[in-house]
Amino acid sequence: MATAVLPPQQRTNYLNAEHGVKSWLLTVDHKRIAILYMLSITFFFFIGGIYALLIRLELLTPAGDLVQADTYNRLFTGHGIVMVFFFLIPVVPAILGNFLVPLMIGAKDLAFPRINLLSWYLYVIAGALMLHVIITGGVDTGWTFYTPYSTAFASPKVIEAGLAAFINGFSSIFTGLNFIVTIHRMRAPGMTWSRLPLFIWAHYATSLVMVLGTPVIAITLVLLVLERVFHLGIFDPKLGGDPLLFQHLFWFYSHPAVYIMILPSMGIISELIACFSRKRIFGFNFVALSSVAIAVLGFLVWAHHMFVAGMSVYAALIFSFLTFFIGVPSAIKVFNWTATMYKGSVTYETPMLYAFGFLGLFTIGGLTGLFLATLGVDIHVTDTYFVVAHFHYVMVGGVVMAYLGGLHFWWPKITGRMYPESMGKLAALIGFVGFNLTFFPQFILGYVGMPRRYYQYPPEFQVLNVLSTAGATILGIGYLFPLVYLLWSLRYGEVAGDNPWNAAGLEWKTSSPPPTFNFDVDPVVDFEAYNYDELKEIPVER
Amino acid sequence: MSENQHHVVPLWLYATIGITLLVMTGVTYFVATLDLGPFNTIVALAIASFKATLVVLIFMHVKYTSEKMTKAAIIAAIFFLGLLLTLSLADFGTRAWL
Amino acid sequence: MSDSHAAVHSPDHHPELRHHFMTMEQQQNTASLGMWLFLVTEVMFFGGMFCAYLVYRLKYFNDFAAASQSIAVGWGAFNTAVLLVSSWTMAMAVRCAQLGKQKLLIVFLLFTMLFGSAFLGVKAKEYHDKFVEHHVPGADFSFTEKLLGHPDYVVNQYHAQMFFSIYFAMTGMHALHMVIGLGLMAYLVVATARGKFSTAYYTPVENIGLYWHFVDVVWIYLFPLLYLISRK
Repeated sequence: MATAVLPPQQRTNYLNAEHGVKSWLLTVDHKRIAILYMLSITFFFFIGGIYALLIRLELLTPAGDLVQADTYNRLFTGHGIVMVFFFLIPVVPAILGNFLVPLMIGAKDLAFPRINLLSWYLYVIAGALMLHVIITGGVDTGWTFYTPYSTAFASPKVIEAGLAAFINGFSSIFTGLNFIVTIHRMRAPGMTWSRLPLFIWAHYATSLVMVLGTPVIAITLVLLVLERVFHLGIFDPKLGGDPLLFQHLFWFYSHPAVYIMILPSMGIISELIACFSRKRIFGFNFVALSSVAIAVLGFLVWAHHMFVAGMSVYAALIFSFLTFFIGVPSAIKVFNWTATMYKGSVTYETPMLYAFGFLGLFTIGGLTGLFLATLGVDIHVTDTYFVVAHFHYVMVGGVVMAYLGGLHFWWPKITGRMYPESMGKLAALIGFVGFNLTFFPQFILGYVGMPRRYYQYPPEFQVLNVLSTAGATILGIGYLFPLVYLLWSLRYGEVAGDNPWNAAGLEWKTSSPPPTFNFDVDPVVDFEAYNYDELKEIPVER
Repeated sequence: MSENQHHVVPLWLYATIGITLLVMTGVTYFVATLDLGPFNTIVALAIASFKATLVVLIFMHVKYTSEKMTKAAIIAAIFFLGLLLTLSLADFGTRAWL
Repeated sequence: MSDSHAAVHSPDHHPELRHHFMTMEQQQNTASLGMWLFLVTEVMFFGGMFCAYLVYRLKYFNDFAAASQSIAVGWGAFNTAVLLVSSWTMAMAVRCAQLGKQKLLIVFLLFTMLFGSAFLGVKAKEYHDKFVEHHVPGADFSFTEKLLGHPDYVVNQYHAQMFFSIYFAMTGMHALHMVIGLGLMAYLVVATARGKFSTAYYTPVENIGLYWHFVDVVWIYLFPLLYLISRK
């Protein structure tokens, strides 16, 4: 760019444009807000991780020796609430999406920068509330807050936890709204829909789900709190209410919410596979539209969480049938990514290793989802570790793998420094091994009948549980390790050029880190997405 | 594109719409006192939808906008609200069948 | 590509043009789309309660009909009219903003606030009556009316309470939106008086107007669903 003659450290960029705590807490720059999110979400990831560690330690032995049943209930509830609401849902959109959406479409900022900052503050307020709940004893309802237990029996902390999830929901709504408007209104000249990177398409679809689904969980939590406080009876069978109504309203959001989590990750994978195969994504249009298809179909399947809850068997048939359809757009993506790599110049940098991890683990997670969509099988494995393993393959094997891949890929853009490549590869490998060792035994455990949410189990399940706990330890190392070397790289990492991967996309055409308003010259787009045939190879020393 | 934002609705139309809305409120109140069987609910909802459509089209200027996204947003809201209601009723409506 | 913006900077830089937009038109279209999407979220937000209403109305229809008869339909109809008139004054306010009639804009905004407040006043009276009649869900709840057409059968207490739970939840949430709307309009009055708006920039007036009309539309449905279940 115009300032390229200066050494990178002396250029004015979004990081050094202003200094001081106030300049961060009052910033409206989407890139700085992304950093704020990164700090707070990483914090909650490790809170959730500590919960996971305690759960796995308790399950090391068949007896309930580390914690008692009551404490254990609080542990898995805390793990679920923190990981779902405060990590998985915001992690990719709020961090990488916030940072990259304006850059990738050639805009100076998101459409509503102040609302973007408000989103972060809502997240922090909700997080603080949740921390308060955790410190003062926690809740034991499970992250799903099912009635009538939550409204008639559980500790009143449910009110506070529900409020935290409610506030966090508005953070999510505003982020989604901001993205949709930005993608419609702020694209650079020439950035047509068919030129939009798939990362943007994925975020667009995610935002649709955020905007359409989250308000329903918000009102549901309001009704839950009202019921708890004023004993309204809307969900209480004793008062003529129907607890399944709560489950319907809850899952109307919370099932699509899993697509809030996975869709942005799929967007990352598209970027990674295109760059490290040096090819345009095969079937670009199909991959783009499959994101939107997943977002819409995701709203048609929610009651598959309730097959054994006492709902109508006829409705169960419909929901089971519809659930199979969601496999189609997901499969389209996986097949097209695979086809992209075919005859591509595939290289094996850290982000690509994470992408490979994603492909394998997401495929297993997705296919076991089809087992669960099948009514007969689902009745056998409902509320067993099979379900736990299934959604961890999608959520951890899918989302976290993709997030870490994306984080490494855009780390030079975000910070201006390269991460140490060999350590990155090692961490990706440790994570992959640790993950499979943790969760594959849980498929078997669930299939042979170990129920979830119990703090003790018959001795014959111990071997598989020990394997799982050992895997969790390795997985933990696989997550702590990047934290260490990424922080190290902030100071000692090799200075990254503007485009260390020779990657396509507007975000690579500005400096690293980008200036406050993203581009020194307003970009005009006259090239297709993923025009890798016109780009050089990745520099050899990488 | 800019004309739609600056389309000034003539006064007579606002007056007509306002009066129509008030009249329809009276009508819906009157119809409710008649015994039409199941049609009471249907007529009440039809009148409500008519009123809502007038408000959305004229007061909210949707009739005059050339902006497709506004219409898309309205359609999306109706569609997904419909999904929530109908698929929930798929359960509640058929639970007693067995 | 109806929604991509012009590549050139606007020659006359309006003071209300924020840094990340190229033209006032782009900024205006952006704000408008944002508002419409926000209204979509509001539809879904109220949608959860409409779903609860629908399920229990179908399940406990006779009890709902009897409970619905106990709320004052006259006041409900009056309030519907009041809110429709306030929607009309709001539409007129936006029209004045379009034409640059700032004084008249303030007058119509004040009228809208007046009618909005009147609505809330009537609502408070209705709530008060329900409180006196012990129709508010909770320990003191009691509903002793008979089923319509079945003078021998008393309405099921729990099912009647369910109606009132939903009644208070829906109208309460609606009233909360009205209060927020009144606050927003107070801001508009002050901002207009300070000369913030012109024919080139009146986006907040337009968007708050959209919000107010939306609140009106919700009530247009609430009135027949809550007050008119059976008035035969």
